[in-house]
Amino acid sequence: METPVLLKISGLSKSFGPVRALRDVGFELRAGEIHAIAGENGAGKSTLMKVIDGILAPDSGDIQVDGRSVSIPSPLAAQKLGIGFVHQEIALCPDISVAENIFMSLTNASKALLMNYRDLEKRATAILARLGNIDPAATVRNLSISQQQLVEIAKALTLDCRILIFDEPTAALTEREAQKLFEIIHQLAGEGIGIIYISHRMAEIFDNCDRVTVLRDGRYITTLEIAETTPEQVVASMVGRVIDSLYPEKLRDDERSEDILLEIAGLCEATAFRDISFQLRKGEILGIGGLIGAGRSEIVKGICRLEGEVTGDVILRGKRLSLTHYGDSIAAGIVYLSEDRKGDGLFLDMSIAANISALAVDRIATRSGLINERREKQRAEAIGKQLSLKCGHVGQPVSTLSGGNQQKVAIAKMLSVDPKVIFLDEPTRGVDVGAKAEIHRILRRLARDGVGIVVISSELPELIGICDRVLIVREGRITGEVAGAEMTEENIMVLASLADEGRQRSAA
Amino acid sequence: MSIVGDSMDSTTQAARMGLGARFGGLIRMRETGLILIIAVLFGVMSFASPYFLTWDNMRAMAMAFAVEGIVVVGMTILLISGGIDLSVGSVTALAMVVAGLLFLNGMDPWLASLVAIAACAAIGAFMGFFVTRVGLHHFIVSLAVMVIARGLCLLGTGGRPLGLYTLPPEFKFIGQGAVGGIPVVIIIFIVFVILSDFMLRRTTMFRKVFYTGSNEKAAAYSGIRTRKVVFLTTTLCSTLCGFAGVIYMARFGSAQPTFGAGMELNVIAAAVIGGASLTGGIGTILGAILGTVLLSVVSSSLALLDVSVYWQDIIRGSILLTAVTADYYFNKRRG
Repeated sequence: METPVLLKISGLSKSFGPVRALRDVGFELRAGEIHAIAGENGAGKSTLMKVIDGILAPDSGDIQVDGRSVSIPSPLAAQKLGIGFVHQEIALCPDISVAENIFMSLTNASKALLMNYRDLEKRATAILARLGNIDPAATVRNLSISQQQLVEIAKALTLDCRILIFDEPTAALTEREAQKLFEIIHQLAGEGIGIIYISHRMAEIFDNCDRVTVLRDGRYITTLEIAETTPEQVVASMVGRVIDSLYPEKLRDDERSEDILLEIAGLCEATAFRDISFQLRKGEILGIGGLIGAGRSEIVKGICRLEGEVTGDVILRGKRLSLTHYGDSIAAGIVYLSEDRKGDGLFLDMSIAANISALAVDRIATRSGLINERREKQRAEAIGKQLSLKCGHVGQPVSTLSGGNQQKVAIAKMLSVDPKVIFLDEPTRGVDVGAKAEIHRILRRLARDGVGIVVISSELPELIGICDRVLIVREGRITGEVAGAEMTEENIMVLASLADEGRQRSAA
Repeated sequence: MSIVGDSMDSTTQAARMGLGARFGGLIRMRETGLILIIAVLFGVMSFASPYFLTWDNMRAMAMAFAVEGIVVVGMTILLISGGIDLSVGSVTALAMVVAGLLFLNGMDPWLASLVAIAACAAIGAFMGFFVTRVGLHHFIVSLAVMVIARGLCLLGTGGRPLGLYTLPPEFKFIGQGAVGGIPVVIIIFIVFVILSDFMLRRTTMFRKVFYTGSNEKAAAYSGIRTRKVVFLTTTLCSTLCGFAGVIYMARFGSAQPTFGAGMELNVIAAAVIGGASLTGGIGTILGAILGTVLLSVVSSSLALLDVSVYWQDIIRGSILLTAVTADYYFNKRRG
């Protein structure tokens, strides 16, 4: 006996200008199953979800809900069809109560003049009872992140949804909270709700899902029963080629050097991390792995004196540096590439050239402090060329570039000061596959040229693919180091989440 | 318009290049537009009123915006850094009152002016402290200071204008004199504007102001001490109010505690009409000055055409709204 199919998608295509985000994609969701969608960044996962949620209109293709062809012109229409979406970012109003948040769209649609708080709270209690112990009268601001996420789920459940989409819901959760969330997801699936689960984490998918559909470069690749496949097989179909070829060649044994470029000794911060010590050798790419929230970015920002009250030694080429402000760090040749390109990496409305010179305006100025625009332009063009930046003119604003090229501008900004060490936080986030490989090659070339490269990445394949050595951080401490053949997703995951039993069955 | 493809890139880019990129000193759209509008107004007005295109009227118009123009420069720089200052009118008045009181108490007028300017700088630093160290918003801090400074003016004078009849002629010369038929005020204004426009475009110091206003976090992540930048632009704006106040005092030969009420709106309007963005990162001195000129030409024209003073405010407001709407529209199209 087949379980009924809730959602069936066939031949779905969607283009943005020349970029074909989805090509002839098919997908099927059964009642009561937890169906993972896997794929690299840019594979088309979020585009597909936006189509299902009515945020984007497809160019062609058929969507069937309960066997009937439907069109989903808006999120409201999606709600009416019983499709709920728990977004990655929590989008609640922090200063009003849980109940008011849960019934926001209902209140919006209501014709009543006055709010009936007692009724709201009563109905909120009924829904929250399915999810856990949250007071409907509590102010959202006072809840933990995981509780807020449950409120998001409750919000979706009020709409009588039968299809529930989770977009990387565990990204901001601790292991224990994630475990709790999975219990709830299983419970909802048990009630017959079809769950679409998007995640990068193989372990989560293999512990919790029934089937997985893999997308790559906007194409449907395969749908596999979890019970009949392995993480390796899923990753292989996500990547579509042998992983090694995707990444540049690693450091050969005869290229290894014992020269220490940068040494960090006993670095501590009040709350974020403690006792961080490691060495970066000449020519190598060093990775920093760990779960989100483990303190990876904080450590690196601490080294550069971007944030935190930091104590400890930073020794560059045998010389102990005295750093108090990020400006000192830049002057010493240690720079940080932010993980949030748009938020704090780039000046989107300013020109490419102005962005590239931001780190050291003095370098394009005369001795009297006047900017030499010709020199600024020439420098920007030279560095742009080095990174094969695709743009019409270095005078155009950065906002007109694609994600990959924006990231190249951000990297160009780092290179403009001839750095000795670059810390790159998620250097290929939101970048398409082609530009990603290109950025990896650039990093390898820089490392060979003697620039110290340290990469933070949440994508384990990336970390394993480009790094010669990986440090693993958990709860603000370095818990291990892997290199060579020991560099596997399993080993890294074990070290990254050692303290939490249960969740790493596949790794243990 | 969240995702921009390649075809989109080239069109936006072509549009950008046509309108003049930041390099090469090509004609910028905003400034060109304002010059055209001002030229048209001149054309129309020279027919509509025989007095408009006379030397006296030109001179009166220039005198009207020259001193305020100094404050506009300060405001524009502050807006670019992401701040705003509502206290400019009261602080300008306070400069007059402080200098006037000190003079009446026997201080040398030049020294008194210097003290008054320093006092204004201190007020700016005070606001800068609250904004960058305490973490309050510019709007609310400067609103409070606007009221406080006005209160100080009234307190110091008992609400009455101070007649400064004994100001020495060499001091009054800055406000009332002329060199070769051109008023000193206008000479000061022109020199000041050219200098500040050049500095804003070319010095590394002011480039940091643009970075800070464009994206404060990204500026901090570029090693720029953004709090220092904002502190300095806030202080600079108030200091320039001090300069303006002293020049006004020399021009009027008196210190008026109620002077400059509503000036902040005029000044902000001029900067915004000239292209400065209230969210920071964008703005030019030339644009802001053209904005000031436009508002001044409109006022003068309306006066010559015998339009009621009340209508003038309505028209000024409408011009502001039109400029901001046009701005929003263009920005939205840029994506």
